[in-house]
Amino acid sequence: MQSLKNFLYTIADDNLILGHRNSEWTGLGPVLEEDIAFSSMAQDKVGLAYQLYQLLHTDMGEGHPDKVAFARTETEFKCCQLVEYPIGEYDFSLVRHFLFDHAMYELFSMLTTSAYPALAQLAVKVRGELKYHVLHADTWLKKLGNGSEESKARMQSALNYAYPLALGTFEPLEGEQELVQYGYFEGMVVLQERWLASILPVLETAGLKLPVNAEATFGGRKGYHTEYLAPLLKEMTEVFSIDPEAEW
Amino acid sequence: MSDQNKSLDPRIARLELPQGESIVKPDEYWGTFEVFLQEKRGKFHQHVGSVHAPDQEIALVFAKEQYARRGKCVNMWVVKTTDIFAFPLADEDMFTTTPDKQHREAGMYKVRDRIQAYQEREKKI
Repeated sequence: MQSLKNFLYTIADDNLILGHRNSEWTGLGPVLEEDIAFSSMAQDKVGLAYQLYQLLHTDMGEGHPDKVAFARTETEFKCCQLVEYPIGEYDFSLVRHFLFDHAMYELFSMLTTSAYPALAQLAVKVRGELKYHVLHADTWLKKLGNGSEESKARMQSALNYAYPLALGTFEPLEGEQELVQYGYFEGMVVLQERWLASILPVLETAGLKLPVNAEATFGGRKGYHTEYLAPLLKEMTEVFSIDPEAEW
Repeated sequence: MSDQNKSLDPRIARLELPQGESIVKPDEYWGTFEVFLQEKRGKFHQHVGSVHAPDQEIALVFAKEQYARRGKCVNMWVVKTTDIFAFPLADEDMFTTTPDKQHREAGMYKVRDRIQAYQEREKKI
């Protein structure tokens, strides 16, 4: 089913690309403990992408996960533009992690009752992992939002910058109606509502405000990407491209 | 070393700090928290190490990824290191005779012979 394939690629690509991006902090994180925590969560994202590519491979006849991750062209990726942006400074990386992981937590909570059993099973498994990601993000957001004048200003401006991109996560999918009809997924509109309901109380405690009249940055789901994705893919696939047929 | 060859890795090229006396402000330096991990419900929480953190919430967030990302774990505690009340290391000699006090172990008592004799009798039957 094309719409289901497209849906799985969408979530997998989001996680693969942000997992790769966030791993750029490894060795450079603000303090040792945070470096390890952030790197470990980046690894979780790559792991989640792998499991989704694996579903596509075994249940839907798509290519091997390695091929799918490392041998597709830029326009074949379905990730939203939020995940493509460079890590920037830690304020942006943290705010993106907060916005994205809340969306993933709500998505996978939703998918625990998906009519596609393998996906529902995976959702039950990863929900606990995502719960920690959200706890990590919320804890930092509240600390920094209520920290010094500088930390508060930095978090607010990172939020202003990242929010329209985060809205792009909920870009309507191709064949979404079909997914809803078959009970595979409740749809992006419902997901966005739940996401908002889960981030708003945290933002309030953190003393941060959502920018008004923000317009969603769409395009990623249709293969239109920012200038940042191509260099990322080049770096990510460098080793694989040396010998695509190599056995690891 | 020319600038071109200068490593960007902060572990190699340290940040160029201004010369002179450096003053660390209280909130620029994080204290430590001791981490206790419970492997299974009902089991004891056991000390596994420590983390640097500005407060107990962040300490718990850090503890999870430092100490529970590989092995089994169902729960964790963090305790401020300075809240732990301990014997001074110099008092270690208070414990030196403990291994000698075998009268505190059940195995030391005469009744042990009778238990052994009973067990052997049972075995023969």
